[in-house]
Amino acid sequence: MAFKYGVFLFMFWLLLSGHFEPLLLGLGLASVMLTIFLTKRMYVIDHESYPLHLSSRLPTFLVYIFREIVSANIDVIKRIMTFSDSSISPRLIEIPLPQKTDLGRAIYANAITLTPGTVSVELTKETIIVHALTKETADDLSTGNMAKAIPDQDIN
Amino acid sequence: MIIDILSWLLLVSGGLVGIVGAVGIHRFPDFYSRQHAAGITDTLCAMLILLGLVLQAGLNLAAFKLVLIFMFLFFTSPTTSHALANAARHSGLKPEVDSTTIEDRSRD
Repeated sequence: MAFKYGVFLFMFWLLLSGHFEPLLLGLGLASVMLTIFLTKRMYVIDHESYPLHLSSRLPTFLVYIFREIVSANIDVIKRIMTFSDSSISPRLIEIPLPQKTDLGRAIYANAITLTPGTVSVELTKETIIVHALTKETADDLSTGNMAKAIPDQDIN
Repeated sequence: MIIDILSWLLLVSGGLVGIVGAVGIHRFPDFYSRQHAAGITDTLCAMLILLGLVLQAGLNLAAFKLVLIFMFLFFTSPTTSHALANAARHSGLKPEVDSTTIEDRSRD
């Protein structure tokens, strides 16, 4: 487990530094080993710090969320440019939070906030309170399509 | 040459989108709705500008670092937005809303 993270960290170090001299490689290796040693002592390496088990579902989710972000952006930009009192109708709505894992809940709340037009304001155990800019964005979110796209998979 | 034109198009449109976001922050009526306008600069504006810069950089380590910057923005900006909105709600700031009660759509 720790070895896998070590390899990952070292590749990351290589990509960030771009140096391949033996001395610097050695120093990089040493710093990776120190990091692994410290994180092992702190017990912070777990499935949440690097959610490998979600990797297979990530590409579809990323494509979905990017499309949502772009279309939501265009909608809000239109409303800003043609702003009048009738072009927005802000409201607070409470929608279900179907995700079981903490990570899935965090991803869902962040996805809601990332799409302009909806901001997650408060999370409870079963629901999530969202501030929506218009009735349409609120209706879109209530269909639950986004909730289904969220990768939510327990490690067990 | 084509890449140059494309990257400049992306950079300029990113800048324009950022300006629109700023106009939105100015025009919208209250804190919560202004957050939606700020969300534009967080997402589409940053995406366009960073993509334009990646095209300028070409395929090298700088491009990789730009992608990393975008990834970090992608994780941190919604978290801070949520923290702000949550803090505003807990300190009793009432949003200017059309319907005063929270619409409960959690059961259907």
